[in-house]
Amino acid sequence: MTRAGRLARRAVLPILAVVSALLLGAVVIILTDFENLARFGTDPLGAVGAAIGGVATGYGSMLEGAFGDPSRIAAAIQSGAEKDIATAIRPLTETLVAAGPLIFTGLGVAISFRTGMFNIGGEGQMIVGALGATTTVIALAGNAPAGVILVAGVVVGTIGGGLWGFVPGFLKARTGAHEVITTIMLNYVAAQVVLFALRSEFLQAPGLGAPISKVLTPIADVPLIIDLPAIRLDYSFVVALVMAGLVSLLLFRTTKGFELRAAGFNLTAARYAGMSAGGSMMLAMFLAGALAGMGGSFMVIGTVGQLTNDLSLGIGFNAIALALLAGLRPGGVVLAALLFGALTTGGKNMGIVSGIPYDLLFFVQALVIMFVAAPGLVRAIYRLRAPKADAEVVA
Amino acid sequence: MRLELRDITKRFPGVLANDSISISADRGEVLGMLGENGAGKTTLMNILSGLYRPDAGEILIDGQQRDFHDPAEAIRAGVGMVHQHFMLVPVFDVVEAVALGSETASGPLGRFDRAAARRRIVELSEQYGLNVDPDAKIETLPVGVRQRVEILKALYRHSDILVLDEPSAVLTPLETAELYGIIRSLTKTGTTVIFITHKLNEVLEVADRVVVLRRGRVAGTAVPAETTRQALANMMVGRDVELIVPKGPADPGDVVLSLRDLMVRDDRLEMAVDGLDLEVRAGEIVAVAGVQGNGQTELVEAIVGLRGIDAGEMSIGGERIVRASPRHIADLGVAHIPEDRGRDGLIIQMTVAENYILDTYHRQPYSGLGILDPAAVATGAEQGVRDFDIRTPSIETTASSLSGGNQQKVVVAREFSRPVRLVVAAQPTRGLDVGSIEYIHRRIVEQRDAGAAILIISTELDEVLAVGDRIAVMFEGRIVGILEGETATYENLGLLMGGAEFGGVAA
Repeated sequence: MTRAGRLARRAVLPILAVVSALLLGAVVIILTDFENLARFGTDPLGAVGAAIGGVATGYGSMLEGAFGDPSRIAAAIQSGAEKDIATAIRPLTETLVAAGPLIFTGLGVAISFRTGMFNIGGEGQMIVGALGATTTVIALAGNAPAGVILVAGVVVGTIGGGLWGFVPGFLKARTGAHEVITTIMLNYVAAQVVLFALRSEFLQAPGLGAPISKVLTPIADVPLIIDLPAIRLDYSFVVALVMAGLVSLLLFRTTKGFELRAAGFNLTAARYAGMSAGGSMMLAMFLAGALAGMGGSFMVIGTVGQLTNDLSLGIGFNAIALALLAGLRPGGVVLAALLFGALTTGGKNMGIVSGIPYDLLFFVQALVIMFVAAPGLVRAIYRLRAPKADAEVVA
Repeated sequence: MRLELRDITKRFPGVLANDSISISADRGEVLGMLGENGAGKTTLMNILSGLYRPDAGEILIDGQQRDFHDPAEAIRAGVGMVHQHFMLVPVFDVVEAVALGSETASGPLGRFDRAAARRRIVELSEQYGLNVDPDAKIETLPVGVRQRVEILKALYRHSDILVLDEPSAVLTPLETAELYGIIRSLTKTGTTVIFITHKLNEVLEVADRVVVLRRGRVAGTAVPAETTRQALANMMVGRDVELIVPKGPADPGDVVLSLRDLMVRDDRLEMAVDGLDLEVRAGEIVAVAGVQGNGQTELVEAIVGLRGIDAGEMSIGGERIVRASPRHIADLGVAHIPEDRGRDGLIIQMTVAENYILDTYHRQPYSGLGILDPAAVATGAEQGVRDFDIRTPSIETTASSLSGGNQQKVVVAREFSRPVRLVVAAQPTRGLDVGSIEYIHRRIVEQRDAGAAILIISTELDEVLAVGDRIAVMFEGRIVGILEGETATYENLGLLMGGAEFGGVAA
């Protein structure tokens, strides 16, 4: 089979999962529009029309909220007015802004899962990285040029997240402690550590009393890709794409990546082949934590501008879902993160424009994940044949 | 009861598993069913036992056409199946395990009438010489007895047709002989037995008639008295095969592997290898025979660096090994064919090419400075596929979609792609068909003739006798006897394998 053919075949299930989730979402939109439901008794045709209209408006506003209105973007660019351009492209850039941290953390999850480590700790690794970055930036304030502080903050945050991931890897390799438990528990520990640190005079924003750090933007900031008012898209997104490329090279073109994948599929065979299973576990978990930590660092220094105790907002958990949706492939992680980013920003707009609750988004996201997790279900719905599994029946 | 299968056809996507197969077995007859893996034996028996429904054809019992929708119907019709993997609840005792699913009830609440069940089980056990303690817990029973519990289970359900799927795979030679005795007592009372196997000796020993299946069809039938192992093997494979790979006399050189008073613990920290002495010289094949679970696995793991040595001495090529990693051992020129290729030898989700470099990926030419060279990997893997005649659509095919024989060829090709001084092969042909066995044995003999020392660990006497220049018998962690290849027979090996003291009694 050609390379393109293989890629297309791999994409079938995730795409069907997304389509199915959106269809079920549409059903929910219709069923929760109680006024219209009442009309089905008196004016069925009109009610059907209104139901379809409601779904169209809802998903239409979601699309527009996620990607903007193409004609408006074209018009704004032609007019050349900065403010118009900014307003027109903002939905698109916000989608990318939302996708950035998901890419970093999703890549981390993909590496650890490929190594057979069920790393549920993206959340903790990310905020520990953010804490490291915040501390570094505040400590260096006034002592170095902004560019140096930025780099130092990201480097410390990345290493911090990496070490937070390394701990469960080390525990698993040395003692057999199950990483699902240790990573989940370390999420709680990380949250408490961040909360504690945010109460310190050194980090806390003065006068507020809330667990929020000083604003980092005046000390160091991540440069914007498009310098327009209200546009937050910065170069961390480019770094995220570069990381996706590097992770892909690591996994598929290096001996270390070969060891990681081998350990992930079959630890026994990897040991028999002379590979160090423990080493692979520790390396994978360090890299996973480092990527999550890098994502957290860019958030606090860049788009958010400060560390808060609710910085992660479940990104670490969504990253698991999207990494699975992506089939644990770096390119897929980027696409899945863009989808999730679009759902998030589009969903906000849908809530405002059509009055369909924003919560529908979580419903759709959850369904996407459920369908991805149950490939047999999707195959059954669309009557697809399982790939060659049948041949194994004969033995 | 007389069983007849007429023109049974069963198709799976892309495979014609059973192609118009017709067989019959008379009341009280033992029908041996011989065939390679994938020949369609198991599919046919799954149809007979109601697990699959045939696409075409009919099942007749005593001339009456039957149609089984599920296994329960087949059981009611008198067809009992003893699977290769036992289906017994470990924490039950024999009475519970046997009665499970067809309990006799008593009283208004339908309480399980244990006493009645126990009575019948004791009766059946005595009638057929099964010799099973009805009150023993399943998990405490040796495999041989568990198998008899399975047979008991079928008899308890009034099975007149008993299907035994590869029954000897888990048995010692002595237990196998006992099984033959049980089969004979069953047929005396009119039970029809279908004995599925890929071992030639067994059908010759126990069957009244033999049906050979090949690629989903009946390749022929034979009567044991009028045929030979060779004829059956040829029928099975469809060409002339060499059951015993021709090899010249060994020309032993220096000692390559030396084990002295070796002690190795298993995972439960029990002493699995308990004072073992063995030497393997360059240019000879030493085959270690023994029943599964006598420390063979731990012995192999210790030699290849996967398991620590508790006490004793080991040296490979003159180098004393105290604590070495699997990679260090491999670098000494040790090729390792592990006992379970799917679990230990291959990563079945990875491609043929990736599996081909599984233990050489870190070296030139496959990588440099930690970067893999896909072109070099492809060249190497193509070479391996050609040299070892691995039947695969491409080197990018995942190992899981290859047949067992081709999977094993990938392992052997990889291990022999490095310079080899010592070959440690555990069950190198387990589950393989006659053709693949011949091929693997030939390759191993080639390595011997090229001067490598070969250690083969096998539970199959046929294999041990076919390739061993010297045959060592392992029992309870020790080598209890070493025989020269020419002097070894099924009988003297079988006695040693059951332990010397048992041997004395049986003789």
